[in-house]
Amino acid sequence: MGFADVAQLVLNGIMAGAILTAPAIGFTAIYAVLRFPNFAVASHMTVGAFAGYVVNADLHWPLLPSALVAFIVAGLVGVVSDAVALRPLRPAGLITATIASVALTIALENLVRLAFGNSLRDYDLPLERDWRFGGLRVGPQQLRDLAISAAAVLALFGVLGFTRMGKAMRAVADNPVLASLRGIDTQRIGHVVNFTAMGMAGLGGMLLGLDTSIDPLTGFRAILAVFAAAVLGGLGSIPGAVLGALAIGVAEELSQLALPPDYRSVVGFLAILLVLSFRPSGILGVRR
Amino acid sequence: MLAYLVAMSITAGLYALMALGVNLTWGMAGMVNLGLAGFFAVGGYTTALLTKSGVAIPLGVLAGGLVAAATGAVVALVTARLRADYLAIVTLGFSESVRIAASNEIWLTNGSDGIAGIPGPWRGVLPPLAFNLVFLAIVVGVLVCVFVVLQRLGRSPFGRVLRAIRDNEDVAAVAGKHVLVFKVKAFAVGAAVLGVAGALYAHATSFIAPDIFAPLLTLNIILALVAGGVGNNAGAVLGAVLIVALLEGTRFAAPWLGFLSPAQIAAMRELLIAVLLLGILRVLPAGILPERVGGTAGR
Repeated sequence: MGFADVAQLVLNGIMAGAILTAPAIGFTAIYAVLRFPNFAVASHMTVGAFAGYVVNADLHWPLLPSALVAFIVAGLVGVVSDAVALRPLRPAGLITATIASVALTIALENLVRLAFGNSLRDYDLPLERDWRFGGLRVGPQQLRDLAISAAAVLALFGVLGFTRMGKAMRAVADNPVLASLRGIDTQRIGHVVNFTAMGMAGLGGMLLGLDTSIDPLTGFRAILAVFAAAVLGGLGSIPGAVLGALAIGVAEELSQLALPPDYRSVVGFLAILLVLSFRPSGILGVRR
Repeated sequence: MLAYLVAMSITAGLYALMALGVNLTWGMAGMVNLGLAGFFAVGGYTTALLTKSGVAIPLGVLAGGLVAAATGAVVALVTARLRADYLAIVTLGFSESVRIAASNEIWLTNGSDGIAGIPGPWRGVLPPLAFNLVFLAIVVGVLVCVFVVLQRLGRSPFGRVLRAIRDNEDVAAVAGKHVLVFKVKAFAVGAAVLGVAGALYAHATSFIAPDIFAPLLTLNIILALVAGGVGNNAGAVLGAVLIVALLEGTRFAAPWLGFLSPAQIAAMRELLIAVLLLGILRVLPAGILPERVGGTAGR
């Protein structure tokens, strides 16, 4: 295996990591504001992937509007399912909320299965030849996925950094009691966070599906990598989730040098164990 | 019909065993285990590999429990110093990794085809119904032993320390208890019970494959424990029996759902389990038999 092959793996890893960024941000944002690991991110990835699929493959909408639909549908499902299933249980404690989120993810996944069945589905995309730069191959679709993911992440940073709503969100994440004393409506912030986070998850689910195909387990299969990205970056840190996702993407690709490809998702688990053993707060996390 | 009932009772007994194992770590020590299917798998594969190469069945089951306990101790060591949510992530990741490894290490586990022909006690000597009755007796015997041991453990100083850790880790530490050691021990014992359940499962059905250890198994057991009452061993057993009865009951509903495809019927069952769990957490958070600890009310 020469240098060019390794460079190719790193490039593939960055592309894969860029897609992973969106759901990892979703997971870590909910953790930051609502303070529990919401495993339902998995099923919202699936919901987004199928929402995008319906408008893209059945209604022949182009890519960008389809991706927007994936974001909005997953975001709305996120707000509703949280209000119905998770919010009433959050006062009962962290473990209850976490278990409820696992139940929710299995419920949503099976609603998708009930509606669409188990078969693999492909998006309506033109077949294109890979582009070559020097010795490296890049698929045009991969680049478009990267651009969409990067645009979504930049937009989110813009909202968090420069708007009143973003400031309120950061305040609630920092100290919910203080934030509500200052008149911030924490429940409304909760809705906004759920919409944005699950929207990002849905977008990520669709981008993941564009590369391959989708089925009801699309989100669940990616969940280890999503957790790993969030833990590696530091649970609750959004810039950390971006770095963590890129690192996990590259690590998963490079693992192919030593491991059979089926072990990709185990790489995420090993990364979690390593981080928790040596630096539990992650790259950019604050130890709570 | 009798054969069916006996087979279902074996399943219920194994579910009860798993619910007891989870109850020790979650109900008493407050450590959530979302990867219990992984420990179940470790126990099952350990005994399958050992007994197929000639080791006696009781030793295989014992080894299944020990290997699962060692695995549990490692998982707990990595996460015990951290908040409960990390344990949830790590245990879920653990069970998925076990499933992936079991599907891929074909030289060891025969991949997704699974391991068939695992020996059972007097299988082949006895007719199938008698074999199942004997196995049911074994499962009930193990269940009673584990139940008695866990009940005693719960009332012992060890159990009191675990509940103290669950309710307030810092106070337990200030009282001079080595929190990490207690947590790792509790998790290892819970994992051992799960491993024994997995080993018994392997001998009961003579076949194990990665599919059996899907996350749904974990959800079923958690539902059993939540329905029965987290923290109450009798509740864990009751919940397990109810869940198996419910799961089997849905089989009889299938003929009326002829307009659905088999995949859709399977989806309906999983949906039912998930929604029931959410519902019970909401309306009956303490379960049917809430925890009772000498004088203090449940949480």
